[in-house]
Amino acid sequence: MTRPPGTLVRNTTFARINHWITAGCFVLLVLSGLSMFHPMLYFLSQLFGGGQWARAVHPWIGTVLTVSYLGLIVQFWRENLWTRDDTAWMRAIGRVLANREEGVPELERFNAGQKFVFWFMALLVPVLFFTGLLIWEVYFGSATSIETQRIAVLIHSLAAIAAIIIWITHVYAAIWVRGSVRSMTQGYVTPAWAWRHHRKWLRRLIASGSPGPTTDTRR
Amino acid sequence: MSDLTSQNYIRISASTLTPPSTRRHEDQVAKLIDTSRCIGCKACQAACMEWNDLRQEIGRFEGSYDNPSDLSPSVWTLMRFSEWEDEKGKLEWLIRKDGCMHCEDPGCLKACPAPGAIVQYANGIVDFISENCIGCGYCVKGCPFDIPRISKADHKSYKCTLCSDRVAVGLEPACVKACPTGAIMFGAKTDMQDWAGERVADLKSRGFEHAGLYDPPGVGGTHVMYVLHHADQPSIYAGLPDAPRISPLVALWKGVVKPLSIFGIALAALAGFFHWIVEGPNEVGPEDEAKARELTGAGEKSR
Repeated sequence: MTRPPGTLVRNTTFARINHWITAGCFVLLVLSGLSMFHPMLYFLSQLFGGGQWARAVHPWIGTVLTVSYLGLIVQFWRENLWTRDDTAWMRAIGRVLANREEGVPELERFNAGQKFVFWFMALLVPVLFFTGLLIWEVYFGSATSIETQRIAVLIHSLAAIAAIIIWITHVYAAIWVRGSVRSMTQGYVTPAWAWRHHRKWLRRLIASGSPGPTTDTRR
Repeated sequence: MSDLTSQNYIRISASTLTPPSTRRHEDQVAKLIDTSRCIGCKACQAACMEWNDLRQEIGRFEGSYDNPSDLSPSVWTLMRFSEWEDEKGKLEWLIRKDGCMHCEDPGCLKACPAPGAIVQYANGIVDFISENCIGCGYCVKGCPFDIPRISKADHKSYKCTLCSDRVAVGLEPACVKACPTGAIMFGAKTDMQDWAGERVADLKSRGFEHAGLYDPPGVGGTHVMYVLHHADQPSIYAGLPDAPRISPLVALWKGVVKPLSIFGIALAALAGFFHWIVEGPNEVGPEDEAKARELTGAGEKSR
């Protein structure tokens, strides 16, 4: 990807591919999962070739997503560790939501909202995977007791709904904060964007002379 | 079973609409299985296999008279044999014909996510309409009696249909037809309850003081009922549930969780939309650009 001169690398090519594999799987899981959750959404199963196909393909997509999300965890966990800045930023969340970011604490690469999304998904994805295995009728239908599967299917539904709500927040935030979508499609942001949203990160990059998390040393 | 019936539906799985109801005066039917008259001959099993054209693969001897060893997609009814000793040490051989109980409040139907894959007719029979079944196994979780079995061959769920095809044309189920001792009776549910009353009175007169009718109210009653000599402890009959009901976990999952979740998702989407309407996008302004230029310039100089 050609990056305009003077811009900063926000997400590496690998991270972007990893993110969009996860995102694609997630969307397919939401569509097939909701079709089996609420009768009024059963029509969504037609997108997969009917109810039998939606039922059959859902766990496989879930398996791919789990592996893919593990990749994101490996790449992003360190920069998502909670800091004092995040606590201070959360206190100023009202100003952030009102688009008045003056006086809001300076941040490193991720803000508290992004960290919430990351850690909640880091919890929910494994929960969905393991409860999903228990109710994967074709392979594990007789591996556990029916009562265990009743608990698993309830937890699976609740965790899925929580993940969907977090996902809506994540997508909306990306649309709301202009420049974020490009940071995950083309991978770069402008220094002005970094100044506005991740000032500490910008200062660190400038101090180290790095254009961002990349092997590309061109500034 | 295929959806070729001329009977009314009163319940349809995964449907938010009221089923159409054109015919009236359909009697509620019931099968009555009198365990005290059963001799364990398995004629009912053979008749079920014959009428429904089911052939289970030959299995292995499991140390019990139960043969095959469990219900399966091709075993819709099964004699279960239990050796039981009362408190005085007297041995009794309890034989129960297991299969779908055709609950008035069917847990399988409540749990099913595929519209029209499970239906209940006005006569009370609960039937699986296989072409609509998606093989998810939710009916297994919904059932309080552990009855439905998912086929590995076609990924569809199977169980006793109460011979809905025979009943629709005025015949009794195949097992009833074959039973040589009259241990299996079929007719209007009220008639079966009356008949059971006579049987229970007879059993009591012969010393079975806890004899009774098994028509569990936890599932709204069933359209397959048992006369038990020990109705105070149904579980001695190969684990017949003492007080069956739809699991509260299933009730929660298919009850409040469903609408609340859709509401929560809609709320999140609406919150985003209205935030956009009220506050609009968070955009980089000229002052951010000026500051950034200042900083990057300073950065370059210090290097």
